[in-house]
Amino acid sequence: MTGPYDAIVIGAGHNGLVTAAYLGRAGLKVLVLERREVIGGAAVTEQVFPGFKFDTAAHRIGALHPAVVRDLDLKRHGLEVVHADPTVFAPASDGRHLLLWRDPKRTVEALREMSPADAEAWIPFSELIGKAAAVLRAAWSATPPEVTGNDPRDLWSVVKLGVGLRRLGKRDMVEVMRILPMAVSELLGDWFESDVLKGTLAAAGIAGMFQGPMAAGTVYAFLHHHVGAGGGVLRPTARVRGGVGELTRALAVAARGHGVDIRTSQPVERVIVKDGRATGVVLSSGEEVAAARVVSNADPRRTFFDLVGPTELDPEFVRKVTNIRFKGVCAKVHLVLGELPRFSGVPEAGPHLNGVISISPSLEYLERAYDDAKYGAASRRPYLEVSIPSVTDPDVAESGKHVMSIVAQYAPYRLKEGEWDAAARERLGDAVVGTLSEYAPNLESAILHRHVLTPLDLEETYGLSEGNIYHGEHTLDQLFFMRPVPGSARYRTPIEGLYLCGAGTHPGGGVTGFPGYNAAREILRDGKG
Amino acid sequence: MLRGTPFHSRTSALCQARNWRRWAGYVTAGSYELTHEREYYAIRSAAALIDVSPLFKYMIRGPDAVRFLDRVVTRDVSRCAENQVLYTPWCDESGKVVDDGTLARLGEEKFRLTAAEPNLRWLHDNAVGFDVTIDDISDSTAALALQGPTSREILKCVTDADVDALRFFRSTPADVRGIPVTISRTGYTGDLGYEIWVDAENAEPLWDAVIDAGTSYGITPVGMLALDVARIEAGLILIDVDYVPARRALIESRKSSPFELGLGWTVKLDKESFVGSGALSKERQDGPTWELRGLEVDWIALEKVYAEVGLPPQLPTVAWRTSVPVYDGGRQIGYATSGCWSPILKKYIALAHLHASHSRPGTDVYMEVTVEHQRRKAKARVVETPFFNPERKRATT
Repeated sequence: MTGPYDAIVIGAGHNGLVTAAYLGRAGLKVLVLERREVIGGAAVTEQVFPGFKFDTAAHRIGALHPAVVRDLDLKRHGLEVVHADPTVFAPASDGRHLLLWRDPKRTVEALREMSPADAEAWIPFSELIGKAAAVLRAAWSATPPEVTGNDPRDLWSVVKLGVGLRRLGKRDMVEVMRILPMAVSELLGDWFESDVLKGTLAAAGIAGMFQGPMAAGTVYAFLHHHVGAGGGVLRPTARVRGGVGELTRALAVAARGHGVDIRTSQPVERVIVKDGRATGVVLSSGEEVAAARVVSNADPRRTFFDLVGPTELDPEFVRKVTNIRFKGVCAKVHLVLGELPRFSGVPEAGPHLNGVISISPSLEYLERAYDDAKYGAASRRPYLEVSIPSVTDPDVAESGKHVMSIVAQYAPYRLKEGEWDAAARERLGDAVVGTLSEYAPNLESAILHRHVLTPLDLEETYGLSEGNIYHGEHTLDQLFFMRPVPGSARYRTPIEGLYLCGAGTHPGGGVTGFPGYNAAREILRDGKG
Repeated sequence: MLRGTPFHSRTSALCQARNWRRWAGYVTAGSYELTHEREYYAIRSAAALIDVSPLFKYMIRGPDAVRFLDRVVTRDVSRCAENQVLYTPWCDESGKVVDDGTLARLGEEKFRLTAAEPNLRWLHDNAVGFDVTIDDISDSTAALALQGPTSREILKCVTDADVDALRFFRSTPADVRGIPVTISRTGYTGDLGYEIWVDAENAEPLWDAVIDAGTSYGITPVGMLALDVARIEAGLILIDVDYVPARRALIESRKSSPFELGLGWTVKLDKESFVGSGALSKERQDGPTWELRGLEVDWIALEKVYAEVGLPPQLPTVAWRTSVPVYDGGRQIGYATSGCWSPILKKYIALAHLHASHSRPGTDVYMEVTVEHQRRKAKARVVETPFFNPERKRATT
């Protein structure tokens, strides 16, 4: 038995490191235990092929909590966020293409060629989304209320949210309330006419979801990705220079600076629970480490079923955890390219390759991609979110060559026929490359190396249950005070001294640091004991 | 539409009274004759044949069956031998009773649990992480209770199984005139008696065989009304009558812990933690707030309250199932939930929930009786249950 520590954090993902750093900063003796040989969790940069760095899981970041960047001095530790411009390049099926710029006026100009009406609608629409995202932003920073409890703090957080909504003014408040549970296809249909614009914006509403753009609630998912985007930017596509692993490296530097111990290649076998209280962990080596509290960055299913064990929990709670939907739909494809892709209509290299290349020519295209998944197969023509970081960040690839990272959707975790074996993996890779080649015909011949991660690979490599990149779907019934489950959405769990700090808690997935930040605040609020 | 049980072709032919009652989605006989008196005496002095097929039944199998059941029920399943049967309640996480039934260990990794209410979901919720399969065998398994002093002799006529050696709360596989069954020495009458478990498709020939062998021993088909009197005499509680199952209680105060239902003896806190064990362990230390006790209404007092209006005591002809206040002087200290005239004890008896301060056997309390539309009180004495506990219930020959 080693220790005791004041806190053990299971998992060195970005949220785990944020929590660890804040606990260390508050004077606690903290140990972070990472299962893999590298830190970062799903915010990790790895040389899949020597000399080529890939963001193998998340390849862009969301709205990093500004307090985290400031308090942990991340810029001094080397964090540089890259805001590519244009943010999105989306080829249409008719050979034209869409460009979204950081400057809304420039986007309006770009849209005018395609549709004067859409150009007119762009700024008012982005303002509405900005306002709605600002309301969510306020809710993100707060610990969700315990709706069944009588803690005055709960009431206060509800009041704050209400005030935030009310500040919008009556008309916008009603509009924000109206759109939240809508289908993103309907919202976009209210505003725009171009297929590629609607498809490309809608893609933000289905990212990581086992749902198509015509499903209710996808507007929330859309707004989720616009929190903190600011300045009229839609479909923000921020990256980290050097790879997203630089963010977690900077977090680890900050954490170590606050006295946090970080040990890699240390899989935790289970959390020790005595009389309903977490008292430490057992490593798979058999080593026991004692701690006053245990914080899990793993998703709720892995935390409660694999690390704690259902027998330590009430059956009602077990049922709730059993019912959390994961249903991963994303696959990753990593390509080393000998030359840049030449898209039909824009064959030369140019700024359109700076940001995200989105293969989302229409709402119908996305819905059809979903249809395949609905019936248990990978999309024949998947939605693709493509990034070539080496265009703006040459250090990540050998000179003259490029790295391309692709999130492909939908690749459902559960296949109706067969399994995610080597053959299925290669078929998936072929479908992705084939789809992209329809827009950039030179792609296939430019590929030097290919690496494919199926949802099963994501589960096995990164510990994401069912390959869900958010630690649980972003549906309305699994968010806010219902994340991970109703009655336990305040980072605490039914096991005393056991906390959650990962994306499975409010406000959910994406590389933001909000869950980790909020969790640290609640842990410290419970006292250093 | 309510269904008939697998014995319906036989019971419906015998049910002269057409007195059907619903039980778990089935129709069962309240009484076969116009009054249940003869049926009651069959339980106590001959043999009663009771169709108890509507019970919910679950088959639990697998390497983790013992560990799983130990997590669900309050009794210590690891100490249940093969062919042993345990009576046990099970609780929610606050230690309040969800249901109660019998748990029969049919093999090393094979158990049958009976329940008064559907419990499949509850069992599955608790089974996460255990290597067990749980099957609802309620419809595919029929059950007959053969209860009363001559029940053993009847069984011996129809099976080669060693019925004489079968001890109280044990079971044995058996062959009844070619029909494979399980016989358990269990029942709901507090008398010598057995329950016979059979595949539904063999229900009718089983009934015929037992009736055939039992006729010379006074076997009588018995309905729920007579059974209700017998079970009160035996001090056996009934869900929804004597307690509200925790999952259906609208308010906290309607729930009961095993300690409050006289089932403290079933709570094994020294085994590994189980659902509700935390709360029950605390309750054992602090003592329960309520206790379930028997009441014997004082005959002289009863005569007196009726004499005031010029009547002899009017006795309940069937067991009642209402909530009747119990007082200490002017203050209510509890309530009775089941009561009846016991024909064999010649006593007016009731099962009552009493505040712990008034639950000591021997304490005098007052039970409400309604006399000619007026609420009156009759003195009653707190007693231990069972009221009726014949030696033959447990005796081996």
